[in-house]
Amino acid sequence: MADTRDIELTVNGESRSATVETRTSLGDFLRQALGLTGTHLGCEHGVCGACTVLVDGEAVRSCLMLAVQAKGREVTTVEGLSNPDGTLHPLQDAFWRNHGLQCGFCTPGMLTSLAAFLEENPDPSEREVREAISGNICRCTGYQGIVDAALDAAKTMREG
Amino acid sequence: MGVRYVGAEVQRMEDPRLITGHGRYVDDITLEGMLHAAFLRSPVAHARIGSIDTSRAAELEGVHRVLTLADFPAELQKPMAQLYPAPPIEHNKTQYPLAHDEVCHVGQAIACVVADSRAIAEDALALIDVDYENLPAVVDVRTALDADAPKAHADLDTNLMGRLGSKFGDIEEAFAKADHVFSASFMQHRGGCHSMETRGVVSRDDPWGDGLTLWTSAQSPYLIRRALAAWLGEPEERVRVIAPDVGGGFGPKAGFYPEEIVIPLAARMLGRPVKWIEDRREHFVSTTTQRDQHWELEVACTSDGRMLGLRGNVTHENGAWVPYGVLLPFTSLVPLPGAYAIPAVDVGLDMVFTNTVPNSPVRGAGRPNGIYAVERMVETIARELDIPPAEVRRRNYVRADQMPYATGALLRDGSPATYDSGDYEGLLDKVLELSDFAGFDERRAKAREEGRYLGIGISSCIEDTGVGPYEGTTVRVEPSGKVLVQTGAASQGQGHHTMIALIVAENLGVAPEDILFESADTGKFPHGIGTIGSRVAVNVAPSALDAATKVREKALKLAAELLEAAEADLDIENGIVSVNGAPDISIPLGDLAVKLAPMSGVKVPEGFDPSLEATSYEGSKGAPIASGANVAEVEVDIGTGEVRVLRYSVAHDCGVMINPLIVKGQIEGGVIHGIGNALFERMIFDDQGQPMNTNYGEYLLPLASEMPRVDIVHQESPSPLNPLGVKGAGEGGTIPAAAAVVAAIENALSDFGVVIDDYPVEPQYLCELIDRGMAQAAE
Repeated sequence: MADTRDIELTVNGESRSATVETRTSLGDFLRQALGLTGTHLGCEHGVCGACTVLVDGEAVRSCLMLAVQAKGREVTTVEGLSNPDGTLHPLQDAFWRNHGLQCGFCTPGMLTSLAAFLEENPDPSEREVREAISGNICRCTGYQGIVDAALDAAKTMREG
Repeated sequence: MGVRYVGAEVQRMEDPRLITGHGRYVDDITLEGMLHAAFLRSPVAHARIGSIDTSRAAELEGVHRVLTLADFPAELQKPMAQLYPAPPIEHNKTQYPLAHDEVCHVGQAIACVVADSRAIAEDALALIDVDYENLPAVVDVRTALDADAPKAHADLDTNLMGRLGSKFGDIEEAFAKADHVFSASFMQHRGGCHSMETRGVVSRDDPWGDGLTLWTSAQSPYLIRRALAAWLGEPEERVRVIAPDVGGGFGPKAGFYPEEIVIPLAARMLGRPVKWIEDRREHFVSTTTQRDQHWELEVACTSDGRMLGLRGNVTHENGAWVPYGVLLPFTSLVPLPGAYAIPAVDVGLDMVFTNTVPNSPVRGAGRPNGIYAVERMVETIARELDIPPAEVRRRNYVRADQMPYATGALLRDGSPATYDSGDYEGLLDKVLELSDFAGFDERRAKAREEGRYLGIGISSCIEDTGVGPYEGTTVRVEPSGKVLVQTGAASQGQGHHTMIALIVAENLGVAPEDILFESADTGKFPHGIGTIGSRVAVNVAPSALDAATKVREKALKLAAELLEAAEADLDIENGIVSVNGAPDISIPLGDLAVKLAPMSGVKVPEGFDPSLEATSYEGSKGAPIASGANVAEVEVDIGTGEVRVLRYSVAHDCGVMINPLIVKGQIEGGVIHGIGNALFERMIFDDQGQPMNTNYGEYLLPLASEMPRVDIVHQESPSPLNPLGVKGAGEGGTIPAAAAVVAAIENALSDFGVVIDDYPVEPQYLCELIDRGMAQAAE
């Protein structure tokens, strides 16, 4: 019989509780148990960054964290980035305007990684943005649209 | 005519779903009662399989079935069919969906476990006992044809899969009258797919209802329908293949894989839906890749550097199986003679089996290889004759006034290969200006004072795009006034929804947001080919234009009768037909749709077919030839061998741009892929065929921190082959990139006489070349 634990956590502002297998990753838990399929698993070994979510505000690879480790924590996924009224997060809007995505698979991880980064560094240089997403692989865009979007969003957020 | 969208930078219509986490990729699909599959794959490159014992795995709690080939219905225990039969294939080795009695590469599927969860299925894999009798493996393409080389297949006495060639003009005469003959030999290695979404399949069988349905992360759903239906011996109409949102394709998702047989068969045998999602290690060992080519070329030229002839031979690594015909090797020779008017070419190509994962095109297919080869010879001439590389190119380009230019080569269908339009020297001028080529000597000298080595390299390319025969579009106005637009063409991120919707919106006279878009579902649109070879805009756009125009004409004709006005006096804007100058006299398209699709007892207007709709398969009268000229500027650390691309400039010509925003994205992404090929991506096997780098810590993909900005300038030479004047844009970034980067590295290291004969150019290799150059200089 699989080893399980009961956990409670907050996901996108909602309190959730579940019984999870101890070996289940946070990414699998979000996708399969909670149906939050916006978080994507690209490599499952912590390099590609597609599965990045925010745990207590920090960017975390949900493929490398177990669901049980999220007990009592606050998790934000791409579905929780936009405002409750449905308006887009400045990063989402900037990705749209700057053609910051093509296939869209790496996009949720890019958005969450950059959301955490811009909290810490609201006025980054292009070089800093490139370093910030150096743990997120995009095969489609060549990164330029993403970098432009991040700089654009930072400006929007600074200007409030 | 209403609002014009074609040519404008319009934000993509598919994005709102994708940026909010509401895309629907294959792993996002969950069906009632769905089970999960995992595959046992060969851990060795070449072995005979003695026995497979699945009994312990089958007993594990939560396991529903363990499948081997022997568990298939007897009539289905057969190899897969060749997708693209071709005369050059001498040994048509296709694999069994699950291994029969021999495995020929690490990663070949042997058994499939179906269980309650993926985790349980993977647990069960460890309980399957396979008796392998190891056989010698062949890995290196350069020695695979040696008489004593191990054979990739136990029942073959050769590793030669077949031979191709490209031959035109009088090659003997060209070499006889040449002032100079220069030769070069070099390896080219292109890596794998590495779409961020791996492959994956969900299948459901409903024998009394819809039949077999397959959701698969694929570029060519219609090819998969055809191949699967044929393999099963069933009508295509009973097999529905859907490509949902697909997280990148780049070529390897254009084929038909064993899992696309095994998973539907498992769903059928178990009577429950089954899902399989490839994990990243599986992607390295079971998704097709590109890998090695060894080129040996000679170029004949005049004393002023004009090329007269090109001849030589290519050894092409095919991998273990031939899943995809000869498309990849063929496209390596198609680009010859590149952007140049070389009167004679004779290049042969040997396709060679190795015990490695089978090959298929990756972004650009063989075109980056063919262009790299031609550009290498241009660089060789420039170096040997001490003529600036730009000048050698100018002396050899096909000129704008020669268009349309028949190269002398023949296409697969026997028609002459013809460059339809373009101005290659114009592109060179543009990119030299964009890259401030003239200012490079100063930048270089300044850097040298700081002990830094800068280099600059040029590359020119042509790209045959838009291979036929067709894609299609249906445009149908609904009673609501919304317009349903359907096509077979699958998107893996290229923005087809936006591209097609804009053409329909502009030509029908509706708002883009009133368009409902459906694609890549064989159950909804009857025919399609696939998203390969930069072909979708070229093939779909004319069909969308034609279908929208036909619907417009039909709407105007009916509205003219109803509004008692002349057709010529009517216009359609924002979905409403009105009389010019009398906007109150109008009728919405939705009302016209109702009149053409009435309910019981109401007549369809006289002289009209039912439904306000049209379907078109209009396409392009041949393959439009896109072109480009690129300049890479690099810095090489001569101590560590590290190469940094400082700036990258592109002059690109894909004819008329439908959406410049999308074209820009395609070029930027393509260039970075090409830089990855030039500097990073190498799939390494040991001499036993064991892959050495099956994760992203060890297989290096381009990262944002290492990549330059890409500056782009466009030239628009409309294609005369289709009504929109478009050419393909999907691969023109990748095709010339490796050649430009490698030329730039050589330029940076010209003091050391460095000539590069292999890419990706890894630091250790570069250090060896630098050391050798320093030693020679010291002597």
